[in-house]
Amino acid sequence: MLLKTSKPTDLKESDITDQAVYKDRRKFLQKSASITALSLAPSLMLPTMASADIGFDKIIKSDFSTKDELTPQDAITSYNNFYELGLDKGDPKRNAQQLKVKPWNVLVSGECEETGEYALEDFISPGKLEERIYRLRCVEAWSMVVPWVGVELGPILKRFKPTSKAKYVEFKTILDPENLPGQKREVLEWPYREGLRIDEAMHPLTILAVGLYGKELPNQNGAPLRLVVPWKYGFKSIKSIVSITFLEEQPATSWNIAGPREYGFYSNVNPSVDHPRWSQKRERRIGEFLKRETLPFNGYADEVASLYSGMDLKEHF
Amino acid sequence: MLTIQSGKIKPVLFLLLLLPLGMLAYRFYSDGFGANPIETINRYTGDWALRILLLTLAFSPFIRITRWHNIIQYRRMVGLFAFFYVCVHLTSYIVLDQFFDFSEIIDDVFKRPFITAGFSAFILLIPLAVTSTNKMVERLQYRWIQLHRLIYLIAMLAVLHFWWMVKVDTREPMIYAAILAVLLGFRLIYYIKSKI
Ligand code: HEM
Repeated sequence: MLLKTSKPTDLKESDITDQAVYKDRRKFLQKSASITALSLAPSLMLPTMASADIGFDKIIKSDFSTKDELTPQDAITSYNNFYELGLDKGDPKRNAQQLKVKPWNVLVSGECEETGEYALEDFISPGKLEERIYRLRCVEAWSMVVPWVGVELGPILKRFKPTSKAKYVEFKTILDPENLPGQKREVLEWPYREGLRIDEAMHPLTILAVGLYGKELPNQNGAPLRLVVPWKYGFKSIKSIVSITFLEEQPATSWNIAGPREYGFYSNVNPSVDHPRWSQKRERRIGEFLKRETLPFNGYADEVASLYSGMDLKEHF
Repeated sequence: MLTIQSGKIKPVLFLLLLLPLGMLAYRFYSDGFGANPIETINRYTGDWALRILLLTLAFSPFIRITRWHNIIQYRRMVGLFAFFYVCVHLTSYIVLDQFFDFSEIIDDVFKRPFITAGFSAFILLIPLAVTSTNKMVERLQYRWIQLHRLIYLIAMLAVLHFWWMVKVDTREPMIYAAILAVLLGFRLIYYIKSKI
């Protein structure tokens, strides 16, 4: 089944509004106007699709959202690990235009009945977009609080009718070495790939995000479609997804291939399992000076700890 | 042979070596060091500590090639600046990164190989800095030369420290390792030549 992608639509100047309400609530060190202006420059905010098409005008609030103070938008969009767009944390924003997000299709394959290539819009039921304010804990021991806009992954996966053999879900990022500067070298095995156990994928906290701060995802944050699994280290939340595969066996994942001792398949946030080269006990919330304690499952233990009952999390790190 | 009044070189070099610190201050005013200021400061000072450390090792090959013997008098200042930047780097780690959490710091020093290497380099630099006065040079004589050979080990530890820190992209530490290899290789060649 091949569904048509939506026609490109222009974004009017007036659509690019200042998120002043959210910004700069808390400053650690002086920030000048220049970087703020830069992060709002129209060229970096090109639309991935028309807002109205997928319902950015009516975003539902969610009980899963945390009350933690939001990380300013300019930090979320200028400090990124997205190696396809460059290895330095400032590179993804600088090279954002190198990611071509229009048109965008997602290939669904493997152990499911409704395999095929689907247009992006088919992943998002119009009017069902939710705002999910989640903590994001990077394996590098920093964290943010991000207001994602997206949909729960579970109901979407069910539409493809996974078979009884579907025990895992594998995701892949776009492979485009001609345009993506980071893919010209084999720092990781491209395309970037990640995976979840099917019950993790079906968990109501797991979402596919299409937006940030009430707008389409900026490219550097994984436009147009990315995974967000808030109780796992950030690298599990794969960006710019072009392929979803249902599998019987546990898939190989990019960081696990790169460093099997350092990055496990599960990679649940766990303060009692250190990364071999640094402690995971505490984290620096971006914008704060003192580190804070890292919580098991990134503070989502009540919701997800039962998924792992009986498992030795030191072994399955 | 070019002759330059040493009286003029010294203050200029001094200011040049202070420039990285000035650029850091400038960045503070221009963008507040970005989203993760502590990481920025720590990496920036680490980078300059390593660069200036390697600069001290460049003196003797440079002199052998150019025969510009005069400049040897500035090596001590460059070496002390390297120590200075290592101290700033270490201070940023203790104060900004860990905020005096000494149990975490001690954990890091013993459990994280990259910190162990960096910390060893720092400890070994202390006796070199302490013995850098004229008096000490005179007092220690040949032992001073022996002691200051520690710089080779320190530089290797510093490069290892960087190498072991990075996650997957080893390009940058590789460049420093290559520079160090050239600087040490030079000495080895001269040493072998002097034996034959
Ligand atoms: C000769 C002594 C040292 C030199 C030349 C040195 C140099 C460096 C360099 C080049 C980096 C990488 C910067 C980058 O990524 O661009 C670095 C990182 C780092 N250094 Fe050092 N260092 C030294 C000693 C130390 C000591 C004594 C400590 C602490 C006990 C330390 C703690 C760190 C930490 C924590 C990082 C990682 C920063 C991060 O992950 O963001 N270093 N250092």
